[in-house]
Amino acid sequence: MFDKYIIDPATVRNTGPQDAPDGFAFETRLGYYRGLTLSMVEELNVGIDGEVFPRDAISFDEGGGLLTLDQMETAYDRRWAFGAPATIFVKCAGGFPKGGHTLSLQQKLRISYMPFPSFNNDEKQVSFG
Amino acid sequence: MSKIKRGVSLYSFQEEMFLGQMTVEDCVAFAASIGATGIEILPEQNMPTFPNISDAQVDEWMAMVARHGCHFTAYDMFLDTKLRKDRLMSDDEQVESIVRDLKLCNRLGIKNMRVLVFVRPDILGRCVPYAEELDVHMGVEVHAPWHIEHAWILRTIEEADRLGTKHLGILPDMGIFLKHYPPVWRARFERQGARPEITQFIVDSHEAKIMAEYTIFEVAVKMQGNKAEVAMAETLRHNPYANPKRLADYAPYFRHIQAKFYEMNEDCIDPSLAYEEAIDTLVKCGWEGTLSSEYEGNRWIQDVSEVDSREQVRRQHVMFDRLIAQAQTKYGTKEPA
Repeated sequence: MFDKYIIDPATVRNTGPQDAPDGFAFETRLGYYRGLTLSMVEELNVGIDGEVFPRDAISFDEGGGLLTLDQMETAYDRRWAFGAPATIFVKCAGGFPKGGHTLSLQQKLRISYMPFPSFNNDEKQVSFG
Repeated sequence: MSKIKRGVSLYSFQEEMFLGQMTVEDCVAFAASIGATGIEILPEQNMPTFPNISDAQVDEWMAMVARHGCHFTAYDMFLDTKLRKDRLMSDDEQVESIVRDLKLCNRLGIKNMRVLVFVRPDILGRCVPYAEELDVHMGVEVHAPWHIEHAWILRTIEEADRLGTKHLGILPDMGIFLKHYPPVWRARFERQGARPEITQFIVDSHEAKIMAEYTIFEVAVKMQGNKAEVAMAETLRHNPYANPKRLADYAPYFRHIQAKFYEMNEDCIDPSLAYEEAIDTLVKCGWEGTLSSEYEGNRWIQDVSEVDSREQVRRQHVMFDRLIAQAQTKYGTKEPA
């Protein structure tokens, strides 16, 4: 219901040493009409130009401290509030590639009343560097 | 005078709240401005610190609503049975989660709790003593494709009867009365590549009340429909048209209605949902409760236009006033039989 808003392309930035970035980060909002406990966020699939990063390259912080996706599985006491930005960190040698690229995100959520997982998809053009 | 009251669910303003264009108080102020003084909340949407809500926060909420001359009507609960990846919540954990919501509902002074339709009737039966003590009516949301006399919904009715309680029942969502296919849905599928001759076929099939599976097979297999066309046909599976007259038979079991809608046109007419029949039935049977706007049109138009939830909700309330007055004229002021 909010797919088109889940990536904030203006927030893409490199992480690590300025002259040798080891990844990038960007802000995301939960594509759902309420907040959700982090244990129900199953996947955050990030891609550049269709190339999806491995699960262990991703970490997440809604404001409570950095977690890997594996750690999020048992984060029963942390919540991602409705409409609130959180940060996704992606390990990527050299940082976000220079020039124009398509950044994609798929949020896979475990919604109890639905028989199947909920997928929220967005992609944005990002010009960088 | 009809005893039907008008209100809004904060769900209606999800687009503007998500984008930070409206605060909760903006929504309440707007509702007050159109005389829709009953406020339905979704704590998991509207209270960022949920489930940890202090007494000070409760006081702030109640003062804010009162400041605008409004009052709370309903509390929308959720139940995360799949909180853990490795197993479902146990029955005891489910009861505990629902009781947590009943308590917060009570602290906020709210008498109606919208229960998600998938919650098991026997679990709700176990919650009844708490609901009675806290004086909160648990209404199982009758959401499309369920309908009022669906066997699953009847299990809740039977559970309420078995326990002889006034604190368990239903809470109809007007989406069950989808009489005509919504033009905003069709338009969105056409923008996604559905061909007009196929979308017309789907609309005609829905209009003829043909059972969804026939239409889906026609579109997907015989017509070799594309992705958007098949997706549009599949919406029929979740949107049958139920008979609004059934509302009268079950009126004692509900005190609140989620007035779902997808679009109100400029003449303040809902092109798809059978509000005229539903409100006629509610007035005729003397139902007492709140029609609470639940605008869900944002997701169908946000790809091409700005969402104006306020204007949509305003138009729905013009319709409510018109239809309630029309039914009152028809049935006079006599007390319900």
